[in-house]
Amino acid sequence: MNEIIDIPVEQLHAEMKKLHDERHFDFLRSLTGMDWQEEGLGVVYHLENTLTGENTVVRTHSANRENPEIPTVCDIWKAAEFNEREAFDFYGIRFTNHPDLRRLYLRDDWVGHPLRKDYDMSEETNPLRMTNEEPVDTTARLEVLRDGSVIEKREVIFEDNEYIINIGPQHPATHGVLRFRVSLEGEIIQKLDVHCGYIHRGIEKMCESLTYPQTLALTDRLDYLGAHQNRHALCMCIEKAMGVEVSERVQYIRTIMDELQRIDSHLLFFSCLCMDLGALTAFFYGFRDREKILDIFEETTGGRLIQNYNTIGGVQTDIAPSFVQKVKEFIAYLRPTLREYHEVFTGNIIAEQRLKGVGVLSREDAISFGATGGTGRAAGWACDVRKRHPYGVYDKVEFNEVLFTEGDSYARYMVRMKEIEESLRIIEQLIDNIPEGEYQQKMKPIIRIPEGSYYSAVEGSRGEFGVFIESKGDKYPYRMKFRSTGLPLVSCMETLTRGAKIADLIAIGGTVDYVVPDIDR
Amino acid sequence: MEIKKPHIKSIPYEDFKNNEYLEQMVQELNANGGKVWLGCLDDLINWGRSNSLWPLTFATSCCGIEFMAVGAARYDFARFGFEVARASPRQADLIMVAGTITHKMAPVLKRLYDQMADPKYVIAVGGCAISGGPFKKSYHVVNGVDRILPVDVYIPGCPPRPEALLYGMIQLQRKVKLEKFFGGVNRKEEEPQKAK
Repeated sequence: MNEIIDIPVEQLHAEMKKLHDERHFDFLRSLTGMDWQEEGLGVVYHLENTLTGENTVVRTHSANRENPEIPTVCDIWKAAEFNEREAFDFYGIRFTNHPDLRRLYLRDDWVGHPLRKDYDMSEETNPLRMTNEEPVDTTARLEVLRDGSVIEKREVIFEDNEYIINIGPQHPATHGVLRFRVSLEGEIIQKLDVHCGYIHRGIEKMCESLTYPQTLALTDRLDYLGAHQNRHALCMCIEKAMGVEVSERVQYIRTIMDELQRIDSHLLFFSCLCMDLGALTAFFYGFRDREKILDIFEETTGGRLIQNYNTIGGVQTDIAPSFVQKVKEFIAYLRPTLREYHEVFTGNIIAEQRLKGVGVLSREDAISFGATGGTGRAAGWACDVRKRHPYGVYDKVEFNEVLFTEGDSYARYMVRMKEIEESLRIIEQLIDNIPEGEYQQKMKPIIRIPEGSYYSAVEGSRGEFGVFIESKGDKYPYRMKFRSTGLPLVSCMETLTRGAKIADLIAIGGTVDYVVPDIDR
Repeated sequence: MEIKKPHIKSIPYEDFKNNEYLEQMVQELNANGGKVWLGCLDDLINWGRSNSLWPLTFATSCCGIEFMAVGAARYDFARFGFEVARASPRQADLIMVAGTITHKMAPVLKRLYDQMADPKYVIAVGGCAISGGPFKKSYHVVNGVDRILPVDVYIPGCPPRPEALLYGMIQLQRKVKLEKFFGGVNRKEEEPQKAK
């Protein structure tokens, strides 16, 4: 994990190709834009070999601050396409040969690149613009000529004679404020263009001016259905960097809470998917049972949806006295209820016909896009972080990684339903054996991280959630990047929906199960 | 003139907070002069309006999940007549701004509000919609939705509990009950300028 390779910009593309082809680094875990001030702007790539689980980190930088140019790697990993657009948006790094170099989050008329250290934060630079955005049907592509100079070419996304409809950002079935522009031929989707950024809050930039304990509060608001897991990842990363070992008790509590959160998220997934497909009864069932988990959370943490529970070196408070008993009651309650769900919805002929064989993602594409979580496992990719890089007490419990090979909407749905059962199994093995000990380690009043860069990941409710911190030894992070679980999922929406019917877009989006504030951050 | 007290079943008038605000609102309405003889008809219409407020399904982030929870079985806002959540602004009476509003979203939200038919109401749900909340210092967050829309009720919390959402919605009902439907006082913005 700590191997860092520095590659000069000129050789980047060839070296990356070698890493991919010869050393089989086929999974681009995360791509982070960086501003190293005097050294210039650059990119950090986290790569993983899916066969051996080997990891490596690659860095490159361009000293030119005015027009930094770095060759794209999106022909090697499809995941790079959206991530490079993000780096272009945040840092103004121009990726040569990138097929679609537009801003990903901010408006086209935004001035400057906000994550640069010299960005002007004042209201005057970017006042609140109340004008509507005009849809633009072309995009930029930077081409390198033989003599090394770069020219900008316009590429067409949608032709004039194409029939385009707009879905979102205010649409009840996009699960938040996501916007699609879809080109149709009759009912068949020809092309899909994703527009993000309607809930981009600039959390990563905010973190750079907050102390480490303060940054914790923002992680809960990224993917609010994985609040515990997100915060767990950040706490783990900071603890790893400081060399702090948390007590066994904390590990157990965190693991149980993570799994409860996963069940909560999957129940909500079930409810919303059913509602999107017209089965409103199932929505009420799912929410009824979800409230029981929220009760358990509330008793211990005080929060329902956003709990602010994990802290650096422990958890906020000890578990409530009735926690163990309530969790056991809940497990006993949910098992038969799950069978009821399957009776109500899974076996339903309409549900099966809407889901089976629709929106197929191949295993190769899932890896290339980095679509982890239920989406990847439905395509047959064993991508569970709990198995790949065990954390918490996952190495002490027995559970199966649910795998399907079909890669269609139905498989994605079944993975999540089966995962609820596995989560129940994990909790069952732990709940009686929570060891005694401290729930919060004594920490220094001011928390500093030694200089260096750190990455840790957890299995969030919908995939790998990673935290990358680069520290200069201060009490503030120099750069904090969250590997969002949702961004790879929306980036593969185009592949999933091409050739599908427009009505299936909703079902596919529902089963892919992205949460928009997690994509936009 | 005596202030009529909006009646909510099972919660006495004195138990509500912000009663002074309502009293002040009534005084302002009376000062502007209403058609007194339509009072009874007003009451009847407002009784109907306040008990069938249709919200627009609009949510940007965390608060939206709590909004869904209020709609689901345990909290069930159908008890108060809110259950007809509309996906189209043309059919909605109120917009619950649940979640952070960013610079990119602001024109879209304004457009949604403009598409709604009068009389229309806005509830700002959660810290983000009220003031920017935890993201106040961000470069891309609108610090308070009242910068772009006239807000009727603020519900604080991050996210507010379902009980708080219900309380806020009942406060809106009380407000609706006091208004004069025939007085032409429902418009909170200026008349758009007619093209000459």
